[in-house]
Amino acid sequence: MSKLLEVKDLHLKIEDAEILKGMEFSLEKGEVFALIGPNGCGKSTLAYSLMGINNYHPQKGEMIFKGEKINDLAINERAKKGITLAWQEPARYQGVTVREFLSLGLKSKGEEVTEEKLKSALNKVAINPYQYLDRYVDKSLSGGERKRIELASLILMHPELIILDEPDSGVDVVALNNIAEMINYFKESGSGILLITHSEEMLKYADRAALICEGEIIRQGDPSDISEYFKSFCGPCVKEEECETEVAS
Amino acid sequence: MSDYQMMVDAYQEAGGDDIFSDSEVAHVVLERDKILGMHAVEGLEVEADKVEANKVKVKVTVRAGYKIKNPVHMCFGVLPKEGKQIIDMNVEIEKDAQVEVRADCVFPNAVKVEHIMDAVINIGEGGSYIYKEHHFHGDNGGVEVIAKSDINVEAHGKLVTKFDLLKGRVGKIDFDYEAEIAEHGTVEMLARISGQKDDLVKIRESAHLNGESARGVLDSKIALKDQAEAEIYNELTADAAGAMGHVDCTEIIKDQAIARAIPIVDVRHPEAKVTHEAAIGSVDSTQLQTLMARGLDEEEASEVIIQGLLND
Repeated sequence: MSKLLEVKDLHLKIEDAEILKGMEFSLEKGEVFALIGPNGCGKSTLAYSLMGINNYHPQKGEMIFKGEKINDLAINERAKKGITLAWQEPARYQGVTVREFLSLGLKSKGEEVTEEKLKSALNKVAINPYQYLDRYVDKSLSGGERKRIELASLILMHPELIILDEPDSGVDVVALNNIAEMINYFKESGSGILLITHSEEMLKYADRAALICEGEIIRQGDPSDISEYFKSFCGPCVKEEECETEVAS
Repeated sequence: MSDYQMMVDAYQEAGGDDIFSDSEVAHVVLERDKILGMHAVEGLEVEADKVEANKVKVKVTVRAGYKIKNPVHMCFGVLPKEGKQIIDMNVEIEKDAQVEVRADCVFPNAVKVEHIMDAVINIGEGGSYIYKEHHFHGDNGGVEVIAKSDINVEAHGKLVTKFDLLKGRVGKIDFDYEAEIAEHGTVEMLARISGQKDDLVKIRESAHLNGESARGVLDSKIALKDQAEAEIYNELTADAAGAMGHVDCTEIIKDQAIARAIPIVDVRHPEAKVTHEAAIGSVDSTQLQTLMARGLDEEEASEVIIQGLLND
């Protein structure tokens, strides 16, 4: 498998707080790599840095996508190269229908928008197109519905790297099962997935996993080992007394 | 080409439907003080008379109990670069009558045009009047619209007004709508405006929920860029038991645009309730960046958000 993403010695400070402290990992094409850690450890900050979100520009280190350094690219430039982010709390839009929202990714790639493509993407995330295509992507959707529509928009974009930030937060069991199916779907389609989570349950969908603590990866390896370690040592955090800071590569 | 055809063409270019040859659709077509077309249907009477230079008096009556099937189309406008149109409008919706009016005001070539509308509207007991006004002003910014409406909604009556100006320049708009609502009556006033360059938007909407269980919503959504300015004054008063209402004003600004929102809520009965919400600011950054993560550039993403807000 070829390297899709490489993150090298990534440091990010916001005001005086050092959020990322030399983050390093890589991700292969068609691989699900999970980053797990407690709240506030820097997981979402890493996701925003990779996507190029304003105010999350690393001061040091490199983000390399398919061999090209992307540190200085704008969000939409990264998106056009094949990177996208599904937010933990996806934004809602007054007056924008599901149809319009789903069409945006296709249009930006210069692809034709057809009813069949939109319906097929919604069917894949178990959303009835006839009931939802003309609904607004606004507060009237539940958290689970909104997340599934976000996944449908990713299906249409077929990105090469998908950053899923806490995909399981605030969703019911039905939506959770669907999210799991979608992770497999993206993987089988050849996308690399960076799965960011604070729930060890999600690690079962990963090929590899890493544990983040206070802005650093403190352990990498098999998801079941990372899950076990996370359950045993990370709630409440006992980093100073018991964490082994060696990194299993 | 005849003035009538030019007005119909301008109306259709602004997004209007081709309905003027349909005998089941009532309509009025006015270009400045020229009455170019007029058609009524059973239960609905339309009168239009030129009363002086540039001024036309229009009276619309919907007879008691009639529910007009198709929306009535009104097409007002000034075709030359300069001109003035004053419309003195009187609308009478009799008891239990219902009608929807779609008014399209087109000023496609305006450089120095004035459009003045002075309306008196009475909605009888159980009557319903839905008035959707769509403006197209062209790209010169040379239109000044001054609209004043005195509205009375009797018991169980319903009024909905929806104004939109989403394409082209605004020029200058100055609205002053005032509505008195009796028991179990409802009022909903919506405005959607997109301003640019040195456009000026001034809206004053007042609704007085005087009767028991009267309901009211005043909802303005404005998007401004360049040096455009807007002042939105929404007043909702509630004086009776069970009267309820909400005032909502959202304004998105870019560049050097200036927006002011002045919601006035006045409640004078312990069993009445009125809420208000006003938000002025730039485009939400999470919304913007989510769309950029779909490959849109900042300008395209911003346009999607603003158009969505205005279409809501």
